[in-house]
Amino acid sequence: MNFNDELPEESWLDDQAGPIVRPYVMTRGRTEPIRGDFDLISLIASIRPVGAKEVGLNPEHLAIVRLCQEPLSVAEVAAHLDLPAGTIRVLLGDLLDRGYVTVQDPQPEVDMRDRRMYEAVLDGLRAL
Amino acid sequence: MDYERSDRGRSAKKLPTAIKLLVAGGFGVGKTTLVSAVSEIRPLRTEELLTDRSLGIDDVAGVEAKNTTTVAMDFGRISVGEDYVLYLFGTPGQERFWFMWDELSAGALGAVILADTRRLADCFPAVDYFERRGTPFIVAVNCFDGARQYEVDEVRLALGLPAPLPILLCDARRRESGKEVLITLVKHAMEVNGKRPASV
Repeated sequence: MNFNDELPEESWLDDQAGPIVRPYVMTRGRTEPIRGDFDLISLIASIRPVGAKEVGLNPEHLAIVRLCQEPLSVAEVAAHLDLPAGTIRVLLGDLLDRGYVTVQDPQPEVDMRDRRMYEAVLDGLRAL
Repeated sequence: MDYERSDRGRSAKKLPTAIKLLVAGGFGVGKTTLVSAVSEIRPLRTEELLTDRSLGIDDVAGVEAKNTTTVAMDFGRISVGEDYVLYLFGTPGQERFWFMWDELSAGALGAVILADTRRLADCFPAVDYFERRGTPFIVAVNCFDGARQYEVDEVRLALGLPAPLPILLCDARRRESGKEVLITLVKHAMEVNGKRPASV
């Protein structure tokens, strides 16, 4: 009975089993996306709708493509679908690989000296 | 491989770049309230599964058998112009040390440490952590009704913070006040990061 070394065995038996099993099944056991890093605030946008002939995608994949017609962060996608961020990352990796979504990763820490970025943010905040 | 990968260049519009700000502080100090006050969306909650390699605290005693823990975060969004969108993360639970997860703090532009003068010690771990990590932060004292109003100087003294570090009084429920807090933070981050050598 060694389905998954990462989970302690009792997890399958106690009342936490539900929330652990469901996302796990949804990703078919995968814990890492096949492509992409997907920070919590990476922005995701759909590029094209999913064709009727596309196989191998879950309802959750389709839901993400619909949601991201307007760009949303990984955190927002996870919140809207009520799934852990880790699960969403795996699903997003599939969609990125198949060319359904595009990703904008967040400002890397090294770019934090960009003065124009600060000015733009301050202007935006003042306009709130 | 019979699958033709779509060209990324087909994406019509350039996506904005997301910037992360953190709201730290003790339990019940008003983190989610502050996020709600300034967010353009109703605050959302997300859960992140984190590994325990960065864990060096006793807060999760009793769960040694697990390699991971789940941290819930409330967050809001503020679009600033066409190029940037701010995401403001706080945590609603009792995990006083949630911000110590380097995974969450990585890449953050800066942090607001919310303080309650009745329980000022609650924000000490956050101050220590961000000082050590070098994340720009400011302290915002949430002025609860009925709480004795402390002077900013008294708070500064109690926290042992140097004069250039901004400390301000705020009302986390009010949008205008929250706005002022964020503007103060971004200005401070600009100053701190602007002085850094390029190698950092």
